Amino acid sequence: MPKWITQVGCPYCGASCDDLEVLVSDDGKRVLETRNACAIGNEIFHHAQSPSRPKLPRMRQPDGSMKEVSYDEAIDYTAKTLLAAKKPLIYGFGSTNCEGMSAVARVAEKGGAVLDNCASICHGPSFLAIFDNGYPSCTLGEAKNRADVVVFWGCNPMHAHPRHTSRYSIFPRGTFTAKGQMTRTIICVDPRETDTAKLADHHLMVKQGHDYDLFDAFRTVLRGHDIPDEVAGIPKKTILDAAKVMKNARFVMIFFGMGCTHTDGRNHNVDIAISLTRDLNAHTKASIMAMRGHYNIAGPGQVWSWQFGFPYCIDLSKGTHAHMNPGETSSIDLAMRGEIDCFVNVGTDAGAHFPIRAVEQLKKHPFITVDPNICMASEISDLHIPVRVVGVEEPGVVYRMDNVPIQFKKVVDGPEGVPSDEELFDRVYERMCELTETEPIWLLAKDHAKAATNAEQ
Amino acid sequence: MAQITLKPTKVPELYLECYNITPDAFAGKSLMEIADLDAHEGKIKVKLGDYFDIAGQSGNTVEETAIKIEGDCSKVKYIGNKMTAGSITINGNADMYVGGWMKGGKIHVMGNVDSFCGIAMEGGEILVEGNAQNHVGCAYRGDWRGMRGGTIRIKGSAGNDIGTFMLGGTIIIEKDAFIHVSTHAEGGTVIIKGNVQGRVGGQMVKGDIYVLGSVQYMLPGFKKVGSVEQKIDGTEATFTHYVGDLGERHPKSKGKEVYANLYVLES
Repeated sequence: MPKWITQVGCPYCGASCDDLEVLVSDDGKRVLETRNACAIGNEIFHHAQSPSRPKLPRMRQPDGSMKEVSYDEAIDYTAKTLLAAKKPLIYGFGSTNCEGMSAVARVAEKGGAVLDNCASICHGPSFLAIFDNGYPSCTLGEAKNRADVVVFWGCNPMHAHPRHTSRYSIFPRGTFTAKGQMTRTIICVDPRETDTAKLADHHLMVKQGHDYDLFDAFRTVLRGHDIPDEVAGIPKKTILDAAKVMKNARFVMIFFGMGCTHTDGRNHNVDIAISLTRDLNAHTKASIMAMRGHYNIAGPGQVWSWQFGFPYCIDLSKGTHAHMNPGETSSIDLAMRGEIDCFVNVGTDAGAHFPIRAVEQLKKHPFITVDPNICMASEISDLHIPVRVVGVEEPGVVYRMDNVPIQFKKVVDGPEGVPSDEELFDRVYERMCELTETEPIWLLAKDHAKAATNAEQ
Repeated sequence: MAQITLKPTKVPELYLECYNITPDAFAGKSLMEIADLDAHEGKIKVKLGDYFDIAGQSGNTVEETAIKIEGDCSKVKYIGNKMTAGSITINGNADMYVGGWMKGGKIHVMGNVDSFCGIAMEGGEILVEGNAQNHVGCAYRGDWRGMRGGTIRIKGSAGNDIGTFMLGGTIIIEKDAFIHVSTHAEGGTVIIKGNVQGRVGGQMVKGDIYVLGSVQYMLPGFKKVGSVEQKIDGTEATFTHYVGDLGERHPKSKGKEVYANLYVLES
């Protein structure tokens, strides 16, 4: 009998749904059906079963073709390349578990690499704003149960986080929001009429790139000052009305996305949004949250902040201390300036997401991709190492967009012989220690910690 | 004043981090000792002597030490990092962090500089004949105490984030600037002699900004209060006086709220 597995986590967007149900075949090897998942989440579970999925590393040959090699060979190549490079960059981690991120961090430290994650081209500016101005945030549960005014600023969850609106932000019935959508007023700030904007009660069609001006207008109004007749393409009356809605709310929840973090000003757009949230708390309760993109992109921020003190753009090349300064140590800047000489892309697709000029620069040096699937990055790589799919074939801890850790399950066994990210990078670390004739201290520390936990239990 | 001359002998493959090119590190050292000072190219530790021919003589004290770099430093970071006195002249371009965390002395760059010029500066003088990239005289990430003193003069144009979290000192940009001037500032003076696109004085608490060109997009938090005649950096003119950022918190002095001032040249 096929078996339904319940409370399965979904390895797709930052909403990290943990209420999926997956029907697995008798032998526990195939996913037959999923329940509760959005179209994209469903596809991830089925895609993992694809017969065309690579099961061995593939190395670029002198004639340009790719040839299958053993894992030992791939691990040896990765270890040697990282050690030989003057300044390698290890980037990615949108789609892997915290255990994998921690293992990669050990490799990065050993290799004197720059360690960066997808936040660099996503919510990195939010981190900078949070450093500068704090983060008056809450959990998604609070948003669901309390928020009666929800602001979507520069984000489009109807497409990017398909179940966000039904689980947390627009439709669900919560403790103090018993009538669901009826209780909530939705404000959407977006230059386009997105599908989220169509659901909103107030759509402020801000002039592209002028979010900062509009935030400033809201803040000025909230402090009782006058504003010009039009700000950022929005008439004064519309701004006054929206400010009134927020002021009179019981709980305002602001969700922001790439529209804030990746238009001109970047971190400053988020910074002033945080200031606005603080101002609103003089009138009512208000909270703010970044619409993180991937199911565990909040993970590297947590894991690496614990390991190195910084969430992203971490330059470990000195060996004595970590240095972080986006603009200098951020992946795109490093690539564009030709500041690195080896690139390792893990659990993301830099080939698809980076500007073409950055990819051209990266391609001048060894380029390694670690990803379960064929993607644009894997196809231009010198070495592609397939791994198990987290959330489908590999369990692990992930952090949801509100920084709540969730234990994800595995539902089926991975292809035979294919390691997880953690196993792969632990082996790379071990090989690097062998090559440099040093003790693999972090593996010993990990074993020690595991033994202590088991003894406690 | 004793002078040390550095002549670049080769271009690094990546970028050089020469945090030791300062009068503080050079003072009282022989040429051999200076050539033996550390620098980094990625994770590789190198010596200054590997990349520069070093000649001349260093002063006995930091104040008496002048450094002259005869050549291009487009791939050299951290020149004049944390220097307290003396002088550095660069006959060419320089990369990031020129005069970062500088406390005193003088830096003169004949060419352009990259980003983070004068980051978290506390004193001294930086003069750049060419253009600067972003983050001139800004704060380090997460630090609410930005530039505290000294003068930065960029004779060309500059990018975004000029004087972020500034507390004191003066920044003069002689040509245009992009966006975000004195964001979050609580003091200091920024003078832009060209045009600025926008976001001038956002979240600004105290301090002064002078724009001798135009501001394309004024922030809604700035209110016109009158016009004043003033002489600023050698130019005497009539300025429209704005106060703001009205959306931001402001301290009170003698019962009156203190605002930041923005002066824009009247056309």
